Amino acid sequence: MEILTAIKRVPETGAKVSLTDDKLDIDTTSLGFTFSPHEECAVEEGVQLVEEHGGNVTVLTLGEEDATEQLRSAIAMGADDGMLLDGGDDEWGPAATATAVAEAVEASDTDFDLLLFGNESADAANHQVGVRVAEELGLPCVTGIKDLDVGEGVATAKREIPGGSEVYEVDLPAVVTVKEGLNEPRYPSMRAKMQARKASVEQTEPEPREDDLELVELEVPETDDSPAEIIGESPEAAEEVVDVLEELEVV
Amino acid sequence: MSRTDFPSTTGTVVIGAGIVGSSLVGELAERGREDILLIDKGPLSDPGGSTGHASNFIFPVEHSKDMTKITSDSRDIYREFGVFTNSGGIELARTEERMEELKRRVVSAKAFGEDAELLTPEEVEELVPYVNTDIIKGGFHSTDAGTCDPLRAGELYRQQAEEKNALRTAPNTEVTDLHVEDGEITAVETDKGTVEADEVVIAAGLWSPKIADMAGVDIPLTPAVHQMVSVGPVERFEEGPEGEINYPVVRDMDTQMYERQHGNDIEVGSYEHRPILWDVEDVPSIEESPLSPTQPPLTEDAFEKSMEHALEIIPDVLDDPDAGIRHSIDGLLSVTPDGHPLLGPIPEVDGLWSCAAIWIKEAPAIAREVSKWMTKGHPDIDIVAHDHIARFDEYGETDEFVKSRAHEGFQKIYDIVHPREQWQSTRPLRTSAFYNRQEDLDAEFFEAGGWERPRWFESNADLVDKYEDQIEDLQRPNEWDSRWWSDIILGEHLHLRNNAGMIGDTGFGIFDIIGSDAYENMERLCVASMDIDVGDAAYTPILAPNAGFVADLTVARLGKNHYRVITGGAHAGQDRTWFGNHLEGDAELIGRSSELCTLGVWGPNAEALMDSISEEPMTADSFDFAEMKEVTINGVTAKALRISYVGEFGWEIYAPMDRGQRLWDTIYEAGQEHNIRPVGTGVYGETGRMEKGYRLMGAELEIDYNPAEAGLTFHGVKDADFIGKDAYAEAIDEENTATLCTLSVTDHAPDGGEPRFMTGGEPILDQDGEVLIDDEGRRSYVTSAGTGPSIGKHLLLSYLPQEYAEEGQELQVEYFGQHYPVEVEVAGNGGVFDPENDRLFRKEY
Repeated sequence: MEILTAIKRVPETGAKVSLTDDKLDIDTTSLGFTFSPHEECAVEEGVQLVEEHGGNVTVLTLGEEDATEQLRSAIAMGADDGMLLDGGDDEWGPAATATAVAEAVEASDTDFDLLLFGNESADAANHQVGVRVAEELGLPCVTGIKDLDVGEGVATAKREIPGGSEVYEVDLPAVVTVKEGLNEPRYPSMRAKMQARKASVEQTEPEPREDDLELVELEVPETDDSPAEIIGESPEAAEEVVDVLEELEVV
Repeated sequence: MSRTDFPSTTGTVVIGAGIVGSSLVGELAERGREDILLIDKGPLSDPGGSTGHASNFIFPVEHSKDMTKITSDSRDIYREFGVFTNSGGIELARTEERMEELKRRVVSAKAFGEDAELLTPEEVEELVPYVNTDIIKGGFHSTDAGTCDPLRAGELYRQQAEEKNALRTAPNTEVTDLHVEDGEITAVETDKGTVEADEVVIAAGLWSPKIADMAGVDIPLTPAVHQMVSVGPVERFEEGPEGEINYPVVRDMDTQMYERQHGNDIEVGSYEHRPILWDVEDVPSIEESPLSPTQPPLTEDAFEKSMEHALEIIPDVLDDPDAGIRHSIDGLLSVTPDGHPLLGPIPEVDGLWSCAAIWIKEAPAIAREVSKWMTKGHPDIDIVAHDHIARFDEYGETDEFVKSRAHEGFQKIYDIVHPREQWQSTRPLRTSAFYNRQEDLDAEFFEAGGWERPRWFESNADLVDKYEDQIEDLQRPNEWDSRWWSDIILGEHLHLRNNAGMIGDTGFGIFDIIGSDAYENMERLCVASMDIDVGDAAYTPILAPNAGFVADLTVARLGKNHYRVITGGAHAGQDRTWFGNHLEGDAELIGRSSELCTLGVWGPNAEALMDSISEEPMTADSFDFAEMKEVTINGVTAKALRISYVGEFGWEIYAPMDRGQRLWDTIYEAGQEHNIRPVGTGVYGETGRMEKGYRLMGAELEIDYNPAEAGLTFHGVKDADFIGKDAYAEAIDEENTATLCTLSVTDHAPDGGEPRFMTGGEPILDQDGEVLIDDEGRRSYVTSAGTGPSIGKHLLLSYLPQEYAEEGQELQVEYFGQHYPVEVEVAGNGGVFDPENDRLFRKEY
């Protein structure tokens, strides 16, 4: 079974976001880079399917050369090969990205049975690339998947909806975009991490093309500063806790 | 503490609530400080500095008495708080060279009072079954090593101070400015308000330079990356007894890494990667940091080699099928230009202190010693000689210097560092007027206080042949013994004793004390009487109130209200700060180090040479010992002081730097007729001084020993009051507990084989092989070692318990695990060579 998973290099989140002066980018001076939890699940799913059915997982990204680092992380998680579409420093829109990815898939010597994407990227969240790739390649596509079963030439995919779930069967090859919760990604072992650093990564330069979508400005949402205060420790604090609860009219 | 609670005035402000600041407030409260405010920009108990991501292990053995003591005291404090686990620690050797180093570590452990033993690979395996013993030669077992919880210790320290009602704490409070008026600290400005205080300690770890800058001063350190990852869960650790640590911490010394079990994880840390230095300005704020400001993400490519090495040494653990890398960071810590902490009063601003660049393993005891320094004027463990922030005074504070030395020093953290090893980066930095001439003579330069000083001259290599008979038995065939050393030093020594030598620049720290109260101040600071004639000079110890040594130096009186202080270059900043902080009334300190160069001319021919070129007479008859006079030499006006650190007749000549080269040329050229040779500080600081038993500050002279024990009571007790007088007088009256002795090695190869030559720091043993310990618990070790070519012996200085301090006493010294017989040559003050000082006083040439 040949599986392709696509990932995107994004800044680590979890801290206050600062923007660059032109407000077109996140200031990443003190931030590390990663790929999103959705995509981690995509990689893990691919690795688990190959463990079960045999075959290969190829991990692909479009981005600057430094995105090789994320490919290596995915390889450390168990992916077999890495493929970098070197898009330079410029941000690629979803349509341009999808075209470049679809072309790379078509140009590849491998006939992929399953193309796994994160449901949306962690930074831009356009929800488009997986769907557009499916469209360009003429493949069936299911999105927002949190449960996936792959059988002989067919996949069963489950999507959560309010009050229940939808179950789809798709013929392979197919595109599936997945969400966090699909599985529990395993931490890479040190040996895998080390070997991934030595793994070769195929590198191509996709043809740059215009995208209809243009980023005008980023804005950091207002955050609610709710400072925590330690009002006491051990049983002696009980009285004060009650005071606060009364003040908040919860008791 | 909310904005309304923030005080407007307090006694002491401590900035930084990591383990250092928290320990310090506890220790200050213990010593009676009643009104302390602890400020940190972060929350408690982990404000986000290096304390929060440290590996927390404590290996007590260092090749330094003071650091071993500081570390073992810190361990005891952690233990008293109940936050120390005695896991033991093992340093592994993958190479024979490292195995030798581990032997040296066992010797240091013995010298400084820690338990340690060498292990075979099989013994390592018994203690840590997951180490791959196929690739190691053996190990060093520090049985009393372990791990601690510094965040909890910090909490307990703060609690202690709060219980005494001595502490207020202001977390989440950012310092925005320091107010300095007339050279004194007056207030600390924060985002919660401004607090007045006349005593402020910067204990802000890697942010310390930024805080210091607010007062216009430097704390020379840089943030540097120490990479670490955490791998788990490891099944083996889950099967073992519950607890944070059940196996000794392992240091894989040759790869500069450590592996430490932590619950069901193994923590792998590295100092092997390329040095990655940060600018403090780039360290993110707490809000901007996903983990913490000091835990930026791992630089993956830098860690590649470390992963390979970790997999080599503990494959069983790391290849556990369920274990993955759960956590990985570029941990930021503070690195200084020489790897030592930055402690003590900051010279330029009264009341402002530095307590920075301190490892977890040292923090509580350093805080304790700094608190003593703040409250009673001196610490009890000598953290002044090597850790005083003033040691970089006047030269070592630029970003270029700090960064280049930190870059170099980072690679020495786990490296085998020879005691004489020299720094390579940012050199030459301070060059005297003689430098170019010395380079022409192929000088091998060593550095002291930033100054380039010739250690020996390759151009003197012919002297080795000339004196072959005398030198032959003193050659050092072992590579370690001869590293950073040359037999040319022995040749230069004999040449000087037979003819004449010129030595310079000595790199002295020189400063003047001027003012109508100069005399009173000098009298109060010095053991020797300062009621000396204008033109006279005196050697004097400077004591702490406990009569321990703060400095030893030469003072010349240039005028009624004008004294000149001349001290060793490596100690210049410390002494300047001590004087500066103790001056009262009308007395000003003016630095002269960079404007004066010093050239020593000594030996039997010195008199004839100098008298022939000086316009004024320069003879034994015209110049008393310790007399300083102005002389004119071929157009250069200089001051000449008849004194010697090599035990020969001659002078130290202090000339303006701009005329130094002319002075050098004149003496060198005229000296050819008198067979003069430029010789290095190998003679000045080692061979010459050791033969004469002259003491060295920071080696023999330190806070732990008084002048009676050091044999320096020849001044008696003057009538005038001076700092340390009572304790000094008492020390003279009482019988010594220990006395500084000169010993010689009587057999360099007792078991045959290669003769060995000690370098210093080795324990002195009795005939049964037990380390000598005096009644105050002080252990005997070699404070200085050096060869005496004129007497044909290798000499050692060591404090010995009184019952052993007798000429002829036979003892042993341990070196790399072997015992060598030694004999006491001189008990107390005095030279092995020319004990009557006939040469110094020119009674015999």
